[in-house]
Amino acid sequence: MKHKPRMLIFAGYGLNCEEETKYAFDSAGGTADIVHINDLIDGHVRIDEYQALAFPGGFSYGDDLGSGNAFANKVRNTIGDRLFEYVQGDKLVIGICNGFQILTNLGLLPSLYKSYDRQVALLHNGSARYTVRWVDVEVNNTTPWLRGITKITLPIAHGEGRFYADKKTLQTIRKKRLVALTYIKGDIYKMSKLPHNPNGAMDDIAGITDDTGRVMGLMPHPERAVSFTQLPYWTLMKEQYLRRGKKIPEHGPGFALFENAAKYFN
Amino acid sequence: MAHRIKAASKVGDTRSGVRKNMFESLHLEGKISQIWIADVYTIDAELPDYLWTQAGAVFSNPVIHTMVSYSEQTPIEDRVRSLSRLEPVQKGFSWSIEVGFLPGVTDNIGSTAREALEQVSRRDFNDEEGVYSSQITYINGDISSDDLNKVAASLANPLIQRISTKDFTSYIKDGGMDILVPKVRLVKNIEVQEVNLNIDDDELVRLGKSGIQNKDGSRRGPLALDKESMKAIQAYYKKRKRNPTDVELEAIAQTWSEHCKHTIFANPIDSDSDGLFKTYIKRATEEIRKKRGKKDICVSVFSDNSGGIRFDNKHVVTHKVETHNSPSALDPFGGAVTGIVGVNRDALGFGLGAKPVINTYGFCFSNPEVEMPLFRDKHLKDKMLSPRQIMEGVIAGVNAGGNCSGIPTPQGFMYFDDRYRGKPLVFVGTVGITPMKINGKVSYQKQARSGDYIVVIGGRVGLDGIHGATFSSETLDSGSPVSAVQIGDPITQKKLSDALIKEARDDGLYTSITDNGAGGLSCSVAEMAKESGGCFVYLDKIPLKYSGLDPWQIWISESQERMTLAVPKNNWPRFADLMRRRGVESTIIGLFTDSGKCIVEHRGKRIVNLDMSFLHEGFPKKHLVTSYAAPIHTEPHIVSSKTHTKILHALLQRFNIAGYEAVSSQYDHEVQGGSVTKPLQGKGRVNADATITKPVLTSEKGIALSQALYPSYGDIDMYHMTACGIDTAIRNIIAAGGTLDTIAILDNFCWCSPHLSQRLGELKRSLQACYDYAVAYGTPYISGKDSMYNDFRGFDLKGKPVEISIPPTVLISAIGIVADVKKSLTIDVKIPGDLIYILGETHDELGGSEYFAHYNAVGNTVPKVDVSKNKRLYKAFSACTRKGLIASAISVGRGGLAIALARMAMSGMMGVDIALTHIPGTVSRDDYALYSETQGRIVVTINPAYRKRFEAQMSAIPYRCIGKVVDTSIFQIAGKDKHILVRDTVEKLLQSYTLPFKNL
Repeated sequence: MKHKPRMLIFAGYGLNCEEETKYAFDSAGGTADIVHINDLIDGHVRIDEYQALAFPGGFSYGDDLGSGNAFANKVRNTIGDRLFEYVQGDKLVIGICNGFQILTNLGLLPSLYKSYDRQVALLHNGSARYTVRWVDVEVNNTTPWLRGITKITLPIAHGEGRFYADKKTLQTIRKKRLVALTYIKGDIYKMSKLPHNPNGAMDDIAGITDDTGRVMGLMPHPERAVSFTQLPYWTLMKEQYLRRGKKIPEHGPGFALFENAAKYFN
Repeated sequence: MAHRIKAASKVGDTRSGVRKNMFESLHLEGKISQIWIADVYTIDAELPDYLWTQAGAVFSNPVIHTMVSYSEQTPIEDRVRSLSRLEPVQKGFSWSIEVGFLPGVTDNIGSTAREALEQVSRRDFNDEEGVYSSQITYINGDISSDDLNKVAASLANPLIQRISTKDFTSYIKDGGMDILVPKVRLVKNIEVQEVNLNIDDDELVRLGKSGIQNKDGSRRGPLALDKESMKAIQAYYKKRKRNPTDVELEAIAQTWSEHCKHTIFANPIDSDSDGLFKTYIKRATEEIRKKRGKKDICVSVFSDNSGGIRFDNKHVVTHKVETHNSPSALDPFGGAVTGIVGVNRDALGFGLGAKPVINTYGFCFSNPEVEMPLFRDKHLKDKMLSPRQIMEGVIAGVNAGGNCSGIPTPQGFMYFDDRYRGKPLVFVGTVGITPMKINGKVSYQKQARSGDYIVVIGGRVGLDGIHGATFSSETLDSGSPVSAVQIGDPITQKKLSDALIKEARDDGLYTSITDNGAGGLSCSVAEMAKESGGCFVYLDKIPLKYSGLDPWQIWISESQERMTLAVPKNNWPRFADLMRRRGVESTIIGLFTDSGKCIVEHRGKRIVNLDMSFLHEGFPKKHLVTSYAAPIHTEPHIVSSKTHTKILHALLQRFNIAGYEAVSSQYDHEVQGGSVTKPLQGKGRVNADATITKPVLTSEKGIALSQALYPSYGDIDMYHMTACGIDTAIRNIIAAGGTLDTIAILDNFCWCSPHLSQRLGELKRSLQACYDYAVAYGTPYISGKDSMYNDFRGFDLKGKPVEISIPPTVLISAIGIVADVKKSLTIDVKIPGDLIYILGETHDELGGSEYFAHYNAVGNTVPKVDVSKNKRLYKAFSACTRKGLIASAISVGRGGLAIALARMAMSGMMGVDIALTHIPGTVSRDDYALYSETQGRIVVTINPAYRKRFEAQMSAIPYRCIGKVVDTSIFQIAGKDKHILVRDTVEKLLQSYTLPFKNL
């Protein structure tokens, strides 16, 4: 039997997508542990026991002080140095939604100069309102997280997801090919007629990586799209499959991300 | 010395644009040229100088913010120099408005800011230190001071917030807004009063009505105890040859309150000596359970914080629906947050703790487009918030509470009637899940044992939520906290929730647990003490938000986010350590005993010494008498129009039919990964009547939820109103793929003026229907709640007294288990050529319908439910679901068949071609066929290949194939004589359906 890669999923202080993130990674061939941030701070658990880290979605500290900011502040002041050292190794790190906001506040993304200071921001949505819906995104770089994927349909659920960087930073991000995902007009757009960019993100940016591609942050939630029955139009698709005599799929599009992560270490 | 840090966007803040639109909607179009927003932190603590830079970096992001930092001692010219780095100061503004909280009001951002600063400075702040949040809005434009007042009023609720304003000149002259520190300062002698009960009956009644007299002669506010109750208390203390303490009297008042004891449902009524609850609700459940024997789905009913049913062999699913009406009328945002976060604790407090997995909501509002100003006082100073403010505040409150807690909120509704102007109804529900057994022990039973510690975890106690307590809150300087309303703190509760149900529960660290809700500790501790037989509390141990609280206040405060547990002594070190590591405060406040007494000590003195039996059973029963006269309405004479396209558009635009995507899409229904069928269905994103969610990701099973209410039918008959609610709630689940034998229901009664015998008579009729229809369907009640006093007494703009009572409202919530979520159904028509069937009969039942309401009529022919026919239909339908014969289905509800068909077509964004010839039932006219609200009907679409198999299944059911799905977008319905009644495109229909709440 192959050794299953281990992922540590952060928890505590209002993070709340840890269980479904664990379910996604576990069913994709890995094995994940949910670890409270305080257990890392106290030294009960060490991050270097794990090949992958996930900062899951949620509402850490209720988005007070700006989404992800207070949690990032806590991490930086406690296990920051260990984390900055960790990402130098051959590890995978993902930040989903609130996790992406934490990674940008920690300076782990885009991490242009390895100085771990804030270089981009995720601002209040154009509507200034929390929005839950599905979107289409296109893959723009070669991060191992998205290997083999060109387009993907995923849900978003956030109030602060509007990607922002100043002109110079954005140019550097583009030059280094750090944009991982952009919102596009795909199936969801055709079905729903909703704007393809759900939050007014600059250049339609939905996710970025650092220059190794191993650290990725994204606003959409792949862990909420790992099963067919999580899709917004699955009952329609089921009828269409049945009438064409086709088999109904088991997995949803988000499954591939977690499979990529599990395969990366094998 | 107070310090200030301001963070203002330098890259454009979308909140400013939204706020500008909001201001313009206050009749200020074209007057506002620009808006800026700055987030402000006032820090009342000393930090070494070098740390202020770091602090600024914590409160702002250099990529997007300009940050300004100064202290009270900073000279004005230096302050102005810093402030002039802000864009509004550079460009110039007309007014700046600062909104912050009053002393003692929960300030979540302030608490997080404090914790962040503690981390930066690597020390804990003391009780004297604090961090407070506020926000400044800078407006530039042609704004008069009258306009300014309007704008400021729209930004703040004076009950909980303070507003200060300045024009540009004074802002510069003063060096910014004044630095205010909203710290609570209570300076007084803390004492326990003896209350003299050796008084005559008149004085006794006054004591019960206006409350205990303070030393200065003022009264503390109502105990809400009537003469009989006061006499019972008097007799109890006479026997003991002493007077009660104020703490005892307040505690008895809490325990005996309508809110806790549900006296109207418990008291004998007419010839029903067991009272309404036992006679109609509990008896129904007992009979159903007995009849079903081994197939009983109930696990725990009525006795716990939530009701529980079997999910599978390994799990119990719980459900509870609460109302939070009065708090939401005063502070819609805070009331709604506290409501949703509060009902989450009913899941956490089930058995040894269930994990909250789904939230539900239901709002009853008055028309937001009609202002109708109302005041609570004769002098027209205490103004009710506008219907729009209430609606927007409540919607935002459930958004904040539900989303922050990471619990999906898929299921909900909005219902409108102008009689909700005095009090909105805010229903909030939470479904939980827990393993049947934990460490080999049954998880849904609990038993605090004598000798266990009484432990309180979570938030601290303040003056928030003390009944009618009055404090001088006129000036900011006096530092008076606000007692009337609470604001929820979802993150404090999330920490507590995770620590409990993800760790402490499974480690077996406690023996019992309950929520601290109404009545605070006085109720939760006394309630749990029933399990062991008594309690002993050291009041001094209870952690407080600020000093200066009187003992009675500590004992009954309803400060939020707290749970009470029984922790065995041996487990305490592990429990305390776990809570510390999870950032949750936990404190031993006493011991559970078997003394038969509830004893509380304070500073070594015994301040409560009550017999448990008196506290819980000493309440005198009162015999209620009802009367009933059926109302008669004029029967409308509506001439059936030749064409109904316009009327259908008008109905689609009615508030009670229109879509509310703006609400559904701001409540996260995907979190926890279990979403199966969603609140908005199909390409057209039409609101569904039921949703299905998987609570256990590794299981194929799902939970189906729906809710139903028909207040308009109650204007004709409460019996049929209630029956229709039950039928609709059940049918919604059947049409979504659930089965009748897995469904349990919950009742929520919101009534008014219960002192009137006619109102009580209507209540009794409603409960009779509760019994009749639950038993007939075999769907047990597992939990319920009543709120009896939904009346408003106040004044209109002219100072004329106004009384507004809500229409009596019964919400029925249904919960069902779906065996295989892959067989779930949605409402959207799917494939052109699919056949459309109506199942069930249609009669001339338009009384209380939306069609009649469109003509401002009520009528008398209220829909009546035929259970035996419906049961046959639902069972046949479920058999088809199981066999996969159905492509889409909708339960026919408000607005009737025409609206149901329109919703299906809009959802699928495909046309339908319908003929209403020979539809089953006695319906006599085309317009009635379109809009009758006869219950028990489902419309389905099927693959034509399944026609024979489907019709064979339906052989004993009245049905008719009424048309098919077409490959154009034309929605067409023909009447009996094949005359076209409705013809339009689905796109046009959708425009009407989405119009009313488009800009919400």
